[in-house]
Amino acid sequence: MANAIERFVPDGSTVALGVALEPLIPFAAGHEIIRQGLGDLNLVGPISDSLFDQLIGAGCVRRVTAAWVGNVSEGLGHCYRRACEQAIPRALEVRDHSNFSISLALWAAAWSVPYLPTRTLLGSDIPRTNPDLAVVGDLVHVNAVRPDVAIVHVQRADEEGRAHAWGPLGVSEEAGLAADRVIVSCEELVEAEVTLSDPNRILFPETKVVAVVHEPGGAHPSPVQGYFKRDHAIYRDYAERSRSRDGFEAWLREWVLDLADRATYLQRIDVQSLRIKEHRPSAQADFGFE
Amino acid sequence: MIAVASREIRDGDVVFVGMRLPILAYAVARNAHAPNARGLFEVGLMRDQPASAFLGTMGDPPNVTGAVWATRMSNAMALMVQGCVDLGFIGGAEVDRFGNLNTSYVGDPDRPKVKLPGSGGGADIAILSRRWVTLMSHEKRRLVDRVSFVTSPGYGGGSPGWRKRNGLLGGGPDAIITTLGVLRFPEGGGEAMLESFHPGHALGEVLDNTGWDLSVSAAVKETSAPTDAELEAIRRFDPEGFWTRS
Repeated sequence: MANAIERFVPDGSTVALGVALEPLIPFAAGHEIIRQGLGDLNLVGPISDSLFDQLIGAGCVRRVTAAWVGNVSEGLGHCYRRACEQAIPRALEVRDHSNFSISLALWAAAWSVPYLPTRTLLGSDIPRTNPDLAVVGDLVHVNAVRPDVAIVHVQRADEEGRAHAWGPLGVSEEAGLAADRVIVSCEELVEAEVTLSDPNRILFPETKVVAVVHEPGGAHPSPVQGYFKRDHAIYRDYAERSRSRDGFEAWLREWVLDLADRATYLQRIDVQSLRIKEHRPSAQADFGFE
Repeated sequence: MIAVASREIRDGDVVFVGMRLPILAYAVARNAHAPNARGLFEVGLMRDQPASAFLGTMGDPPNVTGAVWATRMSNAMALMVQGCVDLGFIGGAEVDRFGNLNTSYVGDPDRPKVKLPGSGGGADIAILSRRWVTLMSHEKRRLVDRVSFVTSPGYGGGSPGWRKRNGLLGGGPDAIITTLGVLRFPEGGGEAMLESFHPGHALGEVLDNTGWDLSVSAAVKETSAPTDAELEAIRRFDPEGFWTRS
């Protein structure tokens, strides 16, 4: 992971993260970004359950382009508030979207058009504060948002970058297509025969993927269908401790800065209690041709 | 509040279920009086029955197992733009007399006093679903005369036809359901009026905790208490009181 972040996420990048909404959030990648001290990032995503808040609190972020920044089961994002209200640890530029409009911004970039028109956001004040949105008659034009890199966590991938993800996908597909490049972290690194047995389940063209990182548990505390439940208690603990700046800094040292990598992080949690044990595989699809 | 919110769901509705409390309201309705209600979740899911285990978020694994559709978010939004969503649920930080919601900024957006998390799918639901309701803790600082920032529009300035003139496709808010009572909007929109106050609370308490001079319906009454079926469902889907403890 350290290698992938170092090579493909330079300072100042526009980075899409958390694009499947609440599940499959690449926390391991986010924590590595913090450890490497990256700065001036523009974060792009729909709802960013706690990860954006952590990156903002760590001082990595110059701009956030998102529909919602906070902690889904607990509410407010305290680092986000401190950055917007008091410029702590630094000032933050906010480009507000709705979930629908951030999806359209990514589709516009994916399709190489300057904007896409939509029926949403009419009557809202959001277009007044975001220069990427313009009310034109009874439509809103949503400007393209093109990430330099999208980082996703998936259930399994092969070494060629073919990523299998299942469950709800949020804005994963448009984020991957819009991005210049994609970093994939996965629960299982599998042979190509596994991914190619079901090409419909491959999330992005392999030509977009520049790195595949085998990172089991890399989405914790977010859930991974078939692998891990959501760790609600960790979100609650983070909400309470991040309420003050001192509390957040202590949390950051304990859970990110003082840890070498994700394997060390996982030693701190009860992985077994979160693991999904009753499996429900889908029926196979037949890709036969003669 | 959850039981009352669940009663807004009619049997056969497609319900766009926002994050947090609405997830539980859908489960209660589907279990009590609306066995044919479907839930549509912006994460990219449709269900025809509640998840069989507790949900902290709509993307938790139990909500995916048994889904009737797992897809991308823009597909769920497509259904809503087409008018296929009968009822939306939105949480909020602030609501005003015309049903406009603020979940973005308290104070000047350039130097906010409080930065709230933002729209999520809230603005989309408010603009595009056929009707919607919002759930809110009943406090003077939350039920305000006019919100300073409209994240999710209700009836704008309250004049007749405001939504149509501004091109909004959906019908607008039906009710504000609070911890103290139910505020209902008239047919065709306008200003919210107190329809009922919850058992254990008085009319005066509702008025005192509302940030504008709230009109009271001539037929105002006490909200009917939760039924056994509703309580049973709340206990089943929120066994540890994660969403319902006060």
